[in-house]
Amino acid sequence: MHVGLEHYLVVSALLFNLGLLGVIARRNLLVIYMSLELMLNAANLALVSFSRFNNNLNGQVMVFFIITVAAAEVAVGLALIVALYRKKQTAHVEDLTTMKL
Amino acid sequence: MAAQDYLFYIFAALTLLCGFLVVVNPFSRNPVTSAMFLVLTIVSMAGLFVLLHAFFLAAVQILVYAGAVMVLFLFVIMLLDLKEEERRKIRFFGLITGLISVMAVLGVVLKTYLVDSKLNANLQLPTIEGGTAALGRILFKNYLLPFEILSLLLLVAMVGVILLSKKDLK
Repeated sequence: MHVGLEHYLVVSALLFNLGLLGVIARRNLLVIYMSLELMLNAANLALVSFSRFNNNLNGQVMVFFIITVAAAEVAVGLALIVALYRKKQTAHVEDLTTMKL
Repeated sequence: MAAQDYLFYIFAALTLLCGFLVVVNPFSRNPVTSAMFLVLTIVSMAGLFVLLHAFFLAAVQILVYAGAVMVLFLFVIMLLDLKEEERRKIRFFGLITGLISVMAVLGVVLKTYLVDSKLNANLQLPTIEGGTAALGRILFKNYLLPFEILSLLLLVAMVGVILLSKKDLK
């Protein structure tokens, strides 16, 4: 079968859901963050394949912006995690219950 | 099947396998292993980008993600010295909730893609090439303002990170 748009979209959907599973099921802050990156990458793959099969480069410019924003987001998020770790000595979400009522 | 189709299946399988091992690795619960498999996922996804003729994005993906972002991740993992993770068990309730929600989302998305959609109704033969020249032209002609705002965002992120990582936050 010839590889078309659906193939790429199915891969992207599966990858997005793997990331979602990681965010919900894992308990380590850093692994949760990596799963978030996985979800962002899945969205990028969908955008690039739509751009390719619609003959429109705007989707790839969007992906370029997403990659840049993701880099900034990772820097800020990891700095937050380090600050949190310095205060609480843990990177485990079950130990971070300060905001629980 | 053409050679490109085989390459697609190889890269897609590699991406999904490594992505799976990032999230649920049966052999090791160490965050470093997850980070290494995330690098592999990103590299094989760059392969998929090349198959989609997005050459510039494939290069950026490897440079920014596999290079800068993952080094940052590994740096923080080494800094935090997480030994505790190995001992903790994965929570059964969290896994069940996660699986249920993932199955629900996946079902909706796949049904939309494969059953309901008319994705192929108005598709032409793909002819575009995502090389550096084409992408640069469109970036600096149509998207100049967002590009400049992005540089501001990076500056803000840099200032924020420096402020956050100061020893005594006041």
